[in-house]
Amino acid sequence: MRLSPKDWQGLTLAAIALIVVACLPLVASGYQLSLGVTVAMYTVLATSWAIFSGPTHYISLATAAFFGVGAYVTGIGITYLPYWALPLIAGVIAAVMAALVGLATLRLSGVYFVIFTLGLAEFLRQVITWGQNISGTKGIYVLTSITEAHIFWQLLGLAALVWLAGWAIGRSRLGFALRIIGDDEVVAKHAGIDTARAKILLFMLPGGVAAMTGAILAPRYVYIEPLIAFTPMLSFQVVIMALLGGTGRLWGPIVGVIPFTFLWEAISRSFPNQTTLLLGIAFLAIVYLLPKGFVGLIESARRRTEGWS
Amino acid sequence: MTPVLSLRGVTKRFGGLTAVNSMDFDVAEHEVLGLIGPNGSGKSTTLNLISGAFPVSAGEITLRGAPITSMPAHLIARRGIARTFQLVRLLPHMTVLDNVRAGAVFGHRRRWGHEADRIAAEMLDKVGLGGRGHLAVGQLTYIDTKRVELARLLAGEPKVLLLDEWLAGLNPTELQDGIALIKRLRDEGRTVILVEHVMDAIRSLCDRCVVMAAGTKIAEGTPAEVLSDATVIRAYLGDDDA
Repeated sequence: MRLSPKDWQGLTLAAIALIVVACLPLVASGYQLSLGVTVAMYTVLATSWAIFSGPTHYISLATAAFFGVGAYVTGIGITYLPYWALPLIAGVIAAVMAALVGLATLRLSGVYFVIFTLGLAEFLRQVITWGQNISGTKGIYVLTSITEAHIFWQLLGLAALVWLAGWAIGRSRLGFALRIIGDDEVVAKHAGIDTARAKILLFMLPGGVAAMTGAILAPRYVYIEPLIAFTPMLSFQVVIMALLGGTGRLWGPIVGVIPFTFLWEAISRSFPNQTTLLLGIAFLAIVYLLPKGFVGLIESARRRTEGWS
Repeated sequence: MTPVLSLRGVTKRFGGLTAVNSMDFDVAEHEVLGLIGPNGSGKSTTLNLISGAFPVSAGEITLRGAPITSMPAHLIARRGIARTFQLVRLLPHMTVLDNVRAGAVFGHRRRWGHEADRIAAEMLDKVGLGGRGHLAVGQLTYIDTKRVELARLLAGEPKVLLLDEWLAGLNPTELQDGIALIKRLRDEGRTVILVEHVMDAIRSLCDRCVVMAAGTKIAEGTPAEVLSDATVIRAYLGDDDA
């Protein structure tokens, strides 16, 4: 792959931005850092989600399923294995799971896929609950010496990897194939694209990344139980944030994540009992008012100013 | 010489309905074969079977002697069979150039980078859309969308082109342009199967015609031969009018 001066410029700017953000734990208060971790977490989840669902328009609600698997890998594995190995193991397990889910569902289109992915998280939650009932255990304690700052840096590193992967995919044959699939799957097939393979390969990315995120974040929760690890709310929030930012560009989701995290923080503090209702209203508002997210808004504004000049 | 494409006993049943019944025909290198017949006679289904849109129920399809029967569509496309659709199908959110690039990148030759860009631009020139690559497909006229679809096929450098009523729905002026364009492909020595209703086009473009009615082949020969064939006339006009 040959890089143009503009590519180098973009990469350098991104690297500098990353280094600046990495200094946050050195200056921020505990509360600010905790918000920083939340932003980093949703950035990783929403960006990786958009790499697959953006071009293909297959809305995945499986984030919570993979995230929960990752959290449980850390919860169970922390007593036997070094902490650094756990996110990697979680990533591999979830990527394999995603491939299997993809094999089973990605041949189906649209709605079936959405429902299946939603059901997957619920299914895993019930299985683990059932396992706990049988063995008589409750949740798992994840007691480590890992601090919020460590978690933040790990998530930041993961975010950098996700952006790099997304950038490389966007320039690759696979990325082009996905955009064609999203536009017209029948044309894609008859043009010579192995649509099932392309979709499965790319679905493994958000799956693996969500599990790594769960594995990294498990120590933050201290106590893990199925309802925390597999909460369907997580899947919906990721979709909403990615759509709010816009999935047409790699930097789109983070533009949605930052305002939404602060908004959500305010909502859950002021209206702790109405969060789900407000999440639903937020979703409707975004779909109706900002169908292409902030990215679409920015780009149409840019086009308009170009038209004037 | 082995034919480029060959169908033997190709049959397709949908439940109790036999849409295509034991079709046999060959397409020779550099030949333009017209596949004609009344509506519902199984022409498009035959194209769908060749291009792998769905599997055949019986029979064999070979490309230069190698079986491609019931292979998945993307593998057939990579082997070098490219098709258009009865209702034009473009990639609506991509530019004209990217639509054509899709063919170059994933078609028979699978090019990439500058190579793919060059071929895509060349094919746009060939179909008469040179310099319009940056346009959104929504800005095109009807015939131009058809040109883009054709350019996408050509960009894959296929061995056989399947054109499914490519000339349908054009106004008289556009029709002349369309026929001229396909004539140029023919003069380049491309191998084409043309599903077509427009008689002028059939007469001036096809080397040979296969006529279908109710899923079976009822005649085969030069356009002049088949169009004067009594069975064919009956199939088109019905018994009373013949």
